[in-house]
Amino acid sequence: MIAIIDYKAGNLSSVERALKKLGYECLITQRREEILNCERIIFPGVGAAGKAMFELKNLGLDEVLRYELNAGKPILGICLGAQIVLERSHENEAECLGLIEGTVESFPQPLFSEEKDRLKIPHMGWNSVNPRKDHPVLEGIAPEDEFYFVHAYYPLPASDNYVFGTTCYGIEFASVIGYNNLIAVQFHPEKSGKAGLKLLENFCTWDGRYAE
Amino acid sequence: MLSKRIIPCLDVRNGKTTKGVKFQGNIDIGDPVEMARFYYEEGADEIVFYDITASSDHRDIMIDVVRRVAEEIFIPFSVGGGIRTIEDMRRVLLAGAEKVSVNTAAVGNPEIIADGARVFGSQCIVLGMDVKKVETSRKIPSGYEIVIHGGRTYTGIDAFEWAKQAENMGAGEICLNSIDADGTQEGYEMTLTSLISENVNIPVIASGGAGNIDHIYDVLTKGKADAALVASITHNGTYTIKQIKEALHAQDVKVRMRW
Repeated sequence: MIAIIDYKAGNLSSVERALKKLGYECLITQRREEILNCERIIFPGVGAAGKAMFELKNLGLDEVLRYELNAGKPILGICLGAQIVLERSHENEAECLGLIEGTVESFPQPLFSEEKDRLKIPHMGWNSVNPRKDHPVLEGIAPEDEFYFVHAYYPLPASDNYVFGTTCYGIEFASVIGYNNLIAVQFHPEKSGKAGLKLLENFCTWDGRYAE
Repeated sequence: MLSKRIIPCLDVRNGKTTKGVKFQGNIDIGDPVEMARFYYEEGADEIVFYDITASSDHRDIMIDVVRRVAEEIFIPFSVGGGIRTIEDMRRVLLAGAEKVSVNTAAVGNPEIIADGARVFGSQCIVLGMDVKKVETSRKIPSGYEIVIHGGRTYTGIDAFEWAKQAENMGAGEICLNSIDADGTQEGYEMTLTSLISENVNIPVIASGGAGNIDHIYDVLTKGKADAALVASITHNGTYTIKQIKEALHAQDVKVRMRW
């Protein structure tokens, strides 16, 4: 059973539907006992970092995530869930979970492409992920595969050790980050066609171990 | 680098797709779920459903369609037509759509854009704009006016000003449909598309007028559109999404080539 953590940060049913399509059982929950009983955790979310952290703390789920990270349970962060695992976000100047060292930054404005075209913010649409390091969750994903992004802030881990994939949008930013049994993606795998489903399936069979 | 999106648009009436759709093979051309799946498999980057059901009694049919589509396809899709309230938006989004699009309702009540953005986030709210070219005047300085009721009613709203206002109110995207170009297959409206796209910071989807791949190429390059809506030229089998993308890719337009 996979727990999809519900902390009032957006519509979680698309993640649920994608897992069902892949044949995995899951439950949308904000209850500590239910999360502790699941084999793996998906930590999605859209919206603002400040409100998300407020809700997580209010529900006591910040502690649950810290506990599960130490316990070795596979955790997948999606979108906002890939940001608030860092230490702090410049969105609302929010103190975040600190599961990975680093910060969340906003895209510089104005932002230009290599061809000097002005780029719009948020970064919304399909973009590719340049693999930086192998990871079981990225197995079978090609550099040409594209994923669906919607975000105005991006993860900036303190060390390249945490970076598994990068994406270019005016700047090159970390779009896949991880640490031990935690892997987090800035894009929405549940809305990214077959490549996204492949990534989700990889996560559903991952034992949470990662060796360099 | 972000890819330019190719977005097929399906008109749905009472739960069935309409318009002269001439698919080959074993697709039920009346079933929006099957057509959505077909386009998903063919490499569409997103799908737009436009509910043209006349009676609000039949809205539940559309919600059911949205729910079934969401179980089958794993790319973003939006639903427009008949969205008038926050509650209408909520039902469509909960059923599995990524975005809702408002058009006529926003003309009568622009606050729905701000309210929708506040409740669901800007990324969910698309402003649909139907525009017609008119004489430039003090009231319509851009020379493009917002029209409703399929182009029969002029609103007195300048299209360029409306686009900027919608962005300020929190719209996450603009779908710009030229009534003059729609159905002509003579190419997208280029002047207004590039004017708006260069002056707002949200993506612009060009709609209406695609007759061949050059038109799509033009609007995505010179027209500065972030995405192109297609209907007839893919529905009637003139081109597949794959052919469109291959041709764009060959001309150095970045499009998603693996699906």
